[in-house]
Amino acid sequence: MAFKVEHELHKRRFSRNAGVGLLLVGLICVVFGLTVVKVNQLGGFQGFDHVVRPEMIPGQTTGADN
Amino acid sequence: MTDATVHDHDTEAQFGDYFALLKPRVMSLVVFTAFVGLLVAPVSVHPMIGFCAILFIAVGAGASGALNMWWDADIDAVMKRTAGRPIPAGKVTGQEALAIGLALSGFSVVMLGLSTNLAAAGLLAFTIFFYAVVYSMWLKRSTPQNIVIGGAAGAFPPLIGWVAATGSVSLEAVLMFALIFMWTPPHFWALALFLKKDYNNAGVPMLTVTHGRRVTRQHILAYTLLLAPLAVWLGFTPIGGPVYLTVALLANAWFIKGALAIWRRDETMAEADKYRCEKAFFQFSLLYLFVHFLALLADASLRAFGVI
Repeated sequence: MAFKVEHELHKRRFSRNAGVGLLLVGLICVVFGLTVVKVNQLGGFQGFDHVVRPEMIPGQTTGADN
Repeated sequence: MTDATVHDHDTEAQFGDYFALLKPRVMSLVVFTAFVGLLVAPVSVHPMIGFCAILFIAVGAGASGALNMWWDADIDAVMKRTAGRPIPAGKVTGQEALAIGLALSGFSVVMLGLSTNLAAAGLLAFTIFFYAVVYSMWLKRSTPQNIVIGGAAGAFPPLIGWVAATGSVSLEAVLMFALIFMWTPPHFWALALFLKKDYNNAGVPMLTVTHGRRVTRQHILAYTLLLAPLAVWLGFTPIGGPVYLTVALLANAWFIKGALAIWRRDETMAEADKYRCEKAFFQFSLLYLFVHFLALLADASLRAFGVI
């Protein structure tokens, strides 16, 4: 079934809706970019991530040292 | 479709009308001065964080503009200069402006805090409060010193930019604040001298209305004389340099010359040449602020390239 013919109201409000849409996309980009920069500024970090990493356990030496 | 749902197409708000609530022209000055404040600070900021800081300071300034338009809609409707603003023109309702102002205020302060530091966010929150509540609601309609106090709100952006970069306030930042703060009264009083009817009609207690035009001319000169040493002093701080000092000396000499000319004139002389002197002073005052901050930027660039 075809949609109704576009109402004249929708045409008039297009600029407003497009403006809000662009603003939201811009906001997402800004927040994403900011997050990337902020996370990068934390410096390198690592966790165990399901696998034990001997170099992260205090007092342990890695196999390369032996 | 019933008659009740028929819209008047001419008065329906477009996106630009909502944007106009944020006072884009004021915002451009805020962006520029905040940018300079951030850039001349002795701490390097990641470009993305710097961009976000300027963006959120500008949004905060826009939010306070929307709150001001909501509160002052009655005055704006009376004055010719402001009658075309979205609320008096019937395009945006006062409630919408209030909602946008409040929402953007909260948004900008939180986002500035997250992207830079809490001190900068606190200063931005204070600036919005100062402009919307202290200036617009309390003082604008009750004292002829409204312009002086309102000037503080416009003077905060470079300070916030500086604090966003460094996390603290210092002499240079305070002097940048003082430069705009002391510049605002002569700038607006010169405008009030040749737009007298507007402020009279609106009943805003401008100095020209409450104390007369002679006193206003004296005040313009007094503030200009107080402004000059502050502007030059900034040139002797670590953010100053040869470009700024040269610009400050020339611009302030010219500004004092203009203020003296205004002070010497009376109304008969001013009306005879249609306020030529006052209009020229007002035009120059716009350039005055712009070249001072541009010179700070120039010196910062010279330092960055190791020239000075």
